[in-house]
Amino acid sequence: MRNRNYIFLLSNLVLKDFRIRYRNMSLGILWSLVNPLVMMGVLTFVFTKIRPNDIGPHNYAVFVLCALVPFNFYTIAFATGTTSVIENYHLIKRVRFPREVIPVASVLSNCLHFLVQIALLIGFVLAFGYGMNRYWLWLPVVWGLEIAFVCGLTLISSSLDVYLRDVRYVVESSNLVMFWLVPIFYSFGSIPKQFELVYNLNPISAVVFASRNVLLEGRSPAASLLWNLAAVSLAVLALGMLVFGRLKRRFADYL
Amino acid sequence: MIEFRSVTKSYQRSGGRQILRHALMSFFRRRQPEPFHALNNVSFHLTPGKSLAVIGPNGAGKSTLLSVVAGIVWPEQGTVTVEGSVAALLELGSGFHPDLTGAENLRLNAALLGLTRARTLELTGSIVDFSGLRDVMDEPLRTYSTGMMMRLAFSVAVNMEPDILLIDEVFAVGDQDFQAKCIERIRRFRLDGRTLICVSHDTDILLRMCDEGLWLDHGAVVRYGDVAEVVHAYRDAGSGKMSVSFP
Repeated sequence: MRNRNYIFLLSNLVLKDFRIRYRNMSLGILWSLVNPLVMMGVLTFVFTKIRPNDIGPHNYAVFVLCALVPFNFYTIAFATGTTSVIENYHLIKRVRFPREVIPVASVLSNCLHFLVQIALLIGFVLAFGYGMNRYWLWLPVVWGLEIAFVCGLTLISSSLDVYLRDVRYVVESSNLVMFWLVPIFYSFGSIPKQFELVYNLNPISAVVFASRNVLLEGRSPAASLLWNLAAVSLAVLALGMLVFGRLKRRFADYL
Repeated sequence: MIEFRSVTKSYQRSGGRQILRHALMSFFRRRQPEPFHALNNVSFHLTPGKSLAVIGPNGAGKSTLLSVVAGIVWPEQGTVTVEGSVAALLELGSGFHPDLTGAENLRLNAALLGLTRARTLELTGSIVDFSGLRDVMDEPLRTYSTGMMMRLAFSVAVNMEPDILLIDEVFAVGDQDFQAKCIERIRRFRLDGRTLICVSHDTDILLRMCDEGLWLDHGAVVRYGDVAEVVHAYRDAGSGKMSVSFP
């Protein structure tokens, strides 16, 4: 009992989330392709036909998809992770186990969608005629840091949500706001100089920039961008562990 | 080994609401509602191999006491010492999900209780055998009766051979055969030098399974000692004089 098998516990919780969500759906995980494809179509229509911008129409779809895939993961994992502790109240109140695994498992179960969407993105990138290059090795690092960042955020929001049930609405609103503040349908070039640092410090924007650097421009992301991304993501993860560790003791009293 | 020294656990009476408005209101008013004591200055000591029966009216703090031993809630005051691994059967279907099958729930439950993958695979056969549910292991749990759920929960908990087993009123739904099987299993469990704490309103079962008794009322210990003595005192008091009161 002492040397708990965290991997076994996490994999069981991830499988649980997954089975519950897809058991009664015939399309299963393919559903996670629908949302990015629809959003890609709509944004491409608006920004090539209604309000053309500086990216140009021929590769706009894949330009937008580079951002939609990491952004989608962020919003869905953050929103579902926030309510994960409350939704698993029956486990928290009855069984003793390290509570951290609940929000982390929730984020990790969304990683399976993330992987499917990454496959879609890679497919589009190759179909649009962009080749592979050695900088692709940065992609797992960048996306891995995004997962760490979302785990950190979720540890904070899910533990706060137990005490103040309003937190989930704050998270939902912040996701709507982030759609505009993350450079999804506009490029790094169109951001005024004085705001560049803010964009670099936002891990989701940084992931979008880095993905486009590697996949569309065939070059390595700037070192400063990667350092910022790593520093902010890991700091948020550490803060998340700290906050969650403080708040978890009274979970059973408030659930 | 389990030891409680002057353990007190209280809850704020919030009416179950945790929204921002209430947090702000209580912050500005600076008036905390009067806390309610689920456990009030409770002390007892249980050596390995002994088993404790916890009795008392509804809302007396029996389940809270088990939650404290299980490490699920932390008391405000007093010290709690629990040595050894703990498996808790607190309420039926604890940790089970209705949409997962029996086999999937078994694995999830074992993982939550801290078993490794290898140990789970090793124990699966004996858990399924003990539960007598082999034919329905691949059916979703929502199709199980309460009795079947209890069989599965009990089988997982007892077969993982914890040092300490906590049981909260789960025998009431088992049929006679399974109840007899559980009691026999618990007898062997105790002979192995393991510790049991059992909450039940069925005092006959408690007399058969436990050595010591703890009678709680409104979170406080009314009587603590030999199980027969405590149960008889409780029965005598219970004939009409005790009133069940909720906080």
